[in-house]
Amino acid sequence: MKSLEDLRRIREQAQAQIRLRTQETNTKIIVGMGTCGIAAGARETLMAILDELAKRNIQDVVVTQTGCVGLCEYEPLVNVVKPGQPKITYMKVTPERARQIIASHIVNDQVINEWVLSTEEGV
Amino acid sequence: MAIVRANVLICAGSACVSSRAYEFKDALLKALEEAGIRAEVNVVDTGCVGTCDLGPVAIVYPDGVFYVKLKPEDATTIVNEHLLKGRVVNRLLYQQPMTKEVFPSLSEIDFVARQKRIVLRNMGIINPESIEEYIAREGYEALAKALTMTPEEVIDTVKRSGLRGRGGAGFPTGLKWELARKAKGNPKYVICNGDEGDPGAFMDRSILEGDPHSVIEGMMIAGYAIGASKGFFYVRAEYPLAIKRLELALEQARNYGLIGENILGTDFSFDIELRRGSGAFVCGEETALIASIEGRRGEPRPRPPYPANKGLWDKPTVINNVETLANIAPIILNGADWFSSIGTEKSKGTKVFALAGKVNNTGLIEVPFGTSLREIVFEVGGGIPGGKKFKAAQTGGPSGGCIPAEYLDIPLDYESLKQIGAIVGSGGLIIMDEDTCMVDVARFFLEFTQSESCGKCPPCRVGTRKMLDILERIINGEGEEGDIERLIELGNEVRQDSLCGLGQTAPNPVLSTIRFFRDEYEAHINEKRCPAKSCRALIAYQVIPDKCRACGICARVCPVGAAQGKPREIHFIDKNLCIKCGDCFAKCPFGAIEKVDIFLEKS
Repeated sequence: MKSLEDLRRIREQAQAQIRLRTQETNTKIIVGMGTCGIAAGARETLMAILDELAKRNIQDVVVTQTGCVGLCEYEPLVNVVKPGQPKITYMKVTPERARQIIASHIVNDQVINEWVLSTEEGV
Repeated sequence: MAIVRANVLICAGSACVSSRAYEFKDALLKALEEAGIRAEVNVVDTGCVGTCDLGPVAIVYPDGVFYVKLKPEDATTIVNEHLLKGRVVNRLLYQQPMTKEVFPSLSEIDFVARQKRIVLRNMGIINPESIEEYIAREGYEALAKALTMTPEEVIDTVKRSGLRGRGGAGFPTGLKWELARKAKGNPKYVICNGDEGDPGAFMDRSILEGDPHSVIEGMMIAGYAIGASKGFFYVRAEYPLAIKRLELALEQARNYGLIGENILGTDFSFDIELRRGSGAFVCGEETALIASIEGRRGEPRPRPPYPANKGLWDKPTVINNVETLANIAPIILNGADWFSSIGTEKSKGTKVFALAGKVNNTGLIEVPFGTSLREIVFEVGGGIPGGKKFKAAQTGGPSGGCIPAEYLDIPLDYESLKQIGAIVGSGGLIIMDEDTCMVDVARFFLEFTQSESCGKCPPCRVGTRKMLDILERIINGEGEEGDIERLIELGNEVRQDSLCGLGQTAPNPVLSTIRFFRDEYEAHINEKRCPAKSCRALIAYQVIPDKCRACGICARVCPVGAAQGKPREIHFIDKNLCIKCGDCFAKCPFGAIEKVDIFLEKS
C-alpha cells in the first residue's frame, strides 16, 4: 500500500464483508421459511434471490427469513420492505418470480401487483 | 459468488473464550454444514462485547439478535430455528436481571444502550484478526489524515480535544506529546503501556484483544507527532491472547506497508516492536517500565527528569496507555471539537470501565465522563444481585479509593473523584454491597500493593508492611486504641515519601475507607465486631432452630463435619470444629443458618 487511494480501495472491498453488521436502514427481503414455506420451495426461492442480488451486485439489501404467518397455501411468501414504503407481501414466489421481483421492485421500484397478496402500511 | 446473507459474530474475548466460546463456534460451523447453509452464513470472531458475565455470546446480523450463555448444543437450535426459519430463539436471549424483560437485540439492552462507544467502537462488529475489517471501519484513515497535517497541527488537535491519559494519572496527552516533540535528543520513542495490573481491571486487555489496530494506529500518529520512528508495545505475558492478536495485527500492518518505510508514500517511517513484561505491578510505572524494556530490573527512578525528556535509553519518550492511544484515531478523524463536546468541563471524552463485583451485569463498559455512579450501577450494571443494598464502589484499584452510597450521584470525572479522595484510575470499578467489610477491602488492596512493592524505597517497602500488620490485627479482633490514627499517620507518610506512584497511592484505599467508614473500623477495634459480618475471626455461624427442616444439606456440604444433626432433628454447628467457610450458609435452602457476632455473644 503506497497511497491513500490504495487504502480507500481496500476499504471499499472490505466494507462488503461487514456491511450486514453496520447498516441501519435499508431494503429488506423477508422469505417465509416455516415448514410450509420450505415445503413449497422457499429454499429455492431464497437461493434465487441471493443469486440474483449477487449477479446484479446489489449490496444494500438485507435478506432474512421469517416463520409461518398462517397463509400456508400462498407460500412461498416473500415480503419486500423498502425504507419509508409499505411492506409488500408477494405470494407463490417461485425462483423465476423472485428474480423478476428483484428486477422490477428492488431495482426499478415497480411493485408487481398481480402477485401481491397484501400491502401493510407503517412497517 | 453467493451473497452471504447472515453474519454470526462470536465474542472471542478472553472471558468468552474461557467459557468455551470456541466449542460453541465449532458446533455452529458443524450445524451450518449439516443444514447446507455454510456458504450463506459467515461466522466471525469479534472483540469483547463487554457482557462478560453472559458469555459465550454471539450476535446474528443483519437482525442484530444477541444470544447469551451459549452452549455447544445450542448451535443446532440457532441454525435450524433462526438461520433457516428466521425464528429468534427466545430462550437464549438476554433477560434484564431486575425486570425479567427479554431483549432481542444487543443495541436495545440497557447495558449497551446506555453506553457511548468511541474506544470500543469496533467491538462486536469487526474481527480483530482481520486488518481489512478494521480498514472497512475507516481504519488507518486517521493516520493518512495525520500525515497530511504538520506534527504541530496533530499535537494541537490532541491538545484541544482535551484528551487526558487513561492509565490513571490523567495527564493531558497533547501536552505530553508537545514536551516530547520539543525535547532535544534523537531518536525519540513511543511506548504503549499495556502493563495493566489493577485487580479487577481488564480494559486494556480487551482493547488489545478486540481492536489491536486502533492502538497501533494511535501509536503511529503519536510517533509522527513527536518525531519518533520507533515504538514499543509493553504488554504483560499473562495476556497471551492480546499478545497473539497484537503480533498478528503488526504483521498484517507490515505486509500492507502501513508499518515500515515511507508510509503511504510519505517521508514518515515507523516500526513497532512488542515487548513482554512478566507481570510485576510496578512495571506499569513509567520509569520502571522503561527499565524493564531496557533489560534491567523493573524499578522506578526519581522524576524529574520525565521520560518526555529522558526516557528509553535516555532519549525523549512518550508513554501512553492502551486506551489513550485507542482514542487518537477518532479524534484526528472527527476533530478536537467533536471529542471535547463529550464529557465534562475538564474531563473530555469517554472512559472504559471494567465493572466487577456485586453487580448484575459485570463486564466492560464505556460511558462519557460525568456519568453518575448511580447510572452505571443501576442502569448499565443492572443493579445489585439478590436485592441487596449498594454500599460502596472502589475506583482505581489499589491506587484508588471508595465512593460510598451518599455519593452515588457524583459525576465520574477526574476532578469530582479527586475531591472525595478517590480517583478515576485506569478504570477498574468494583461494586460492593452490604455484605462487604470495608476494613477487609482496605486490607485486600494493601496486601496487593505490599506484595508488589519493589522494595527500592523504605517508605513503601516498610510503610505498607506496617500498615498491613495493623489492618490484619484489626480484622482478627486484636485492634488497639489509636490504630486508626496510626494508620492515617503512616498512610500520609508513605504517600508523601515514596519514590513512585505505587507507594504514593498505596495508602489510598485505607485512608479513603477510614474517611467514609470510620465507624466500621471503630466497631472492629472497640467492640470486636464486624458490621458486615464478613471478618471470620469476629463471627460465628449458627442454626436458627425455627427455620431448620433437618434436610441435612448443611451436614453434607460442611468440609470439616462441624454441621451435624440426625435425620428429622434440628441440626447444629459445632463452633469448635467450624472453620467459617460459609458453605452451609450459602447452601441452606431455608435460610436457617445465620451469622452472629461472637464477641457480642460472649458478653
